[in-house]
Amino acid sequence: MKKLMLGNEATARGFYEAGCKVVSSYPGTPSTEITEYAAKYDEIYCEWAPNEKVALEVAFGASLAGARAAACMKHVGLNVAADPLFTLSYTGINGGLVVCVADDPGMHSSQNEQDSRHYAIAAKLPMLEPSDSREAKEFAKAAFEISEKFDTPTLFRTCTRIAHSQCSVELAEPEVKELKTYEKSPKKYIMAPANAIGRHPVVEERTRALIDFAETTALNRAEYAKDSSLGIITSGTSYQYVKEIYGDSVSVLKLGLVNPLPEKLITDFAAAHERVVVIEELDPVIENHCKALGLKVDGKNIFPICGEFSQSLIARVMGKEEKAFTASDDVIPVRPPVMCAGCPHRGLFYVLAKKKITVLGDIGCYTLGMAPPLSAIDSVLCMGASVSGTHGFNKARGAESEKKTVAVIGDSTFMHSGMTGLANIAYNGTNSTVIIVDNSITGMTGHQQNPTTGYNIKGDPATKIDLEALCRALGIKRVRVVDPYDLKSTEAVIMEEIAAEEPSVIISRRPCALLKYVKHSPALVVDTDKCRSCKACMRIGCPAISMKDGKAYIDATQCVGCNVCKQLCAFDAIGGNE
Amino acid sequence: METKNIMIVGVGGQGSLLASKLLGRLLVNEGYDVKVSEVHGMSQRGGSVVTYVRYGEKVYSPIVDKGEADFIISFEKLEAARYAPYLKPGGKIIVNSQEIDPMPVITGAMEYPHEALEKLSAKGVDVDCIDALTPALEAGSAKATNIVLMGRLSKYMDIEATKWEEAIRQSVAPKFVEMNLKAFGLGRK
Repeated sequence: MKKLMLGNEATARGFYEAGCKVVSSYPGTPSTEITEYAAKYDEIYCEWAPNEKVALEVAFGASLAGARAAACMKHVGLNVAADPLFTLSYTGINGGLVVCVADDPGMHSSQNEQDSRHYAIAAKLPMLEPSDSREAKEFAKAAFEISEKFDTPTLFRTCTRIAHSQCSVELAEPEVKELKTYEKSPKKYIMAPANAIGRHPVVEERTRALIDFAETTALNRAEYAKDSSLGIITSGTSYQYVKEIYGDSVSVLKLGLVNPLPEKLITDFAAAHERVVVIEELDPVIENHCKALGLKVDGKNIFPICGEFSQSLIARVMGKEEKAFTASDDVIPVRPPVMCAGCPHRGLFYVLAKKKITVLGDIGCYTLGMAPPLSAIDSVLCMGASVSGTHGFNKARGAESEKKTVAVIGDSTFMHSGMTGLANIAYNGTNSTVIIVDNSITGMTGHQQNPTTGYNIKGDPATKIDLEALCRALGIKRVRVVDPYDLKSTEAVIMEEIAAEEPSVIISRRPCALLKYVKHSPALVVDTDKCRSCKACMRIGCPAISMKDGKAYIDATQCVGCNVCKQLCAFDAIGGNE
Repeated sequence: METKNIMIVGVGGQGSLLASKLLGRLLVNEGYDVKVSEVHGMSQRGGSVVTYVRYGEKVYSPIVDKGEADFIISFEKLEAARYAPYLKPGGKIIVNSQEIDPMPVITGAMEYPHEALEKLSAKGVDVDCIDALTPALEAGSAKATNIVLMGRLSKYMDIEATKWEEAIRQSVAPKFVEMNLKAFGLGRK
């Protein structure tokens, strides 16, 4: 049976067909749907872990116990999971262990453009890279085989264009995988120095065996054309762009195992062609390997390091004619993502902007508080950095800064890596104020449950972590809760807490307006006779409000009646839902 | 046959995912090799969204590039103007006449280019601008705007209406089938 499948769905199907038993992940675009699709198979236990390090360690435990297991994350999530990853390279596995990492060239929804292949090199692990959904399924299965054959975790790398593109996939029956026997093996699984010293040479030996494997595996494929003037070495989505332009007219060496790279296969391919070009997105990983082999290749001397590739980019660089098109002569305004109408974060950021408070922000929907007209955020670095960064900022600038600086972090992000920063605030003592924007869901990645929501990945009831009790247990005595739809009390509480002579947490609590169970009030209406066109209501940057014929206008299809704009109108012109 | 390219563009939340699901299903049913590519993530947050649908004997790249689209289906006028360079010479833009102000227009930093599509038409670009919202409301919901546009597209593609209707039945929840079939019929009229 054939089915049109997203790369992520196909990867999950590959897990299923490989008899994978446990998947633990943290959501992150573009990797999220792998675990969501895997959770639809009753044969696979799936969970959202609080962060990627926990997820990978859960997968390690399941592998140790003898099951095939996987952990999925986005590229920056692998930074969080790097600690277990590097030493898992030494311990190896029992049941097959696959670590999926989704890169985001072009940064469609990420804070950087890191190339995860460097992790495979640094941790000395095999890495597979599919080029479409069909390969995603096959490579996911191969990743488990390689893991067990070579006693190693296998990295499985995709990117946005693989993860979020669909093509037809041929489905197969799942393998029945019994748990492998678990035997205590201290020399393999206890990485104290004496044992780790013994394991490092095993890793080096494994890499040599994997290089031999890379020479002959069907994952790497040389497609020879009649014309020997040009040979292209490529992998992943770049392979598809190359084929789009050249079809079968040039030779292509397609690499599916991108670490370790073959030596003889590449050298032979290069020797058979007058000119060799390496076409790879992001860093020159394959190119540097070729150069280390003493081969003369073109690569980043002609192709960009930054951003995504496309067929037209490759055609242009390779000197092919560009396609004709007609563009508008008008200036087309950009349409950046915005906080939704009724977003609970809006009221909070309005108050922070109004009071000119310095805001160290974090990763989530609420990062959008940076955008005009609110422009309420000063920094965004990585998951959790708002909390620890605020402590450092306040240590550097002292009491003067404590009274006008806050951290803003979401509920899921706080559970991911905000807690340790808060413990540090309590322990090392700054009078810092941390605002947890608790919208009862992981919003940005498309509504995943987390430890504070009371539900698990299947939507079944689960233990709900009490954020107030957690913050108190971490040493914070002042814990307040506000409703961000109520601007006046939100402002009053923020001003009290930043003035306080001890650390404090404010929980800004209201569920995401897009959650299905959230009941909306009727849309607000502007009384045009009362409206003085002062545009005070437009300072909150609500997409439902615009100016029409000189007066404020509220789009009834978008407005959810949150009443935040109404509180800004000095002329009582907004109403209609009382 | 040469690979054909369709782009669906609009504002996050307007229903482009269902439109691409329907097209994907239809073209697979027709026996084509199909690739559908979309960027998720920020798409619920009112940003500009784009989906690529490619079909033919053998499709490689998942994306459509400048000068390659046979059809651009746009849920909103400004987005049609934004993606016009992706249209192949001789291609067609089918656009819903709705205007949705982006944030730079709302804040007053930029103007909405109301005449952009007329000017593109004057430059020889084939622009088919229709009110898809009114028929959608007639069918039962503003959310059926996407299927009204698919009905319009079906007039220009060489695939029988019954095949489209079959793909609609396969793509939407049973309780919404009637409404969407009606919307499709109104769009095709």
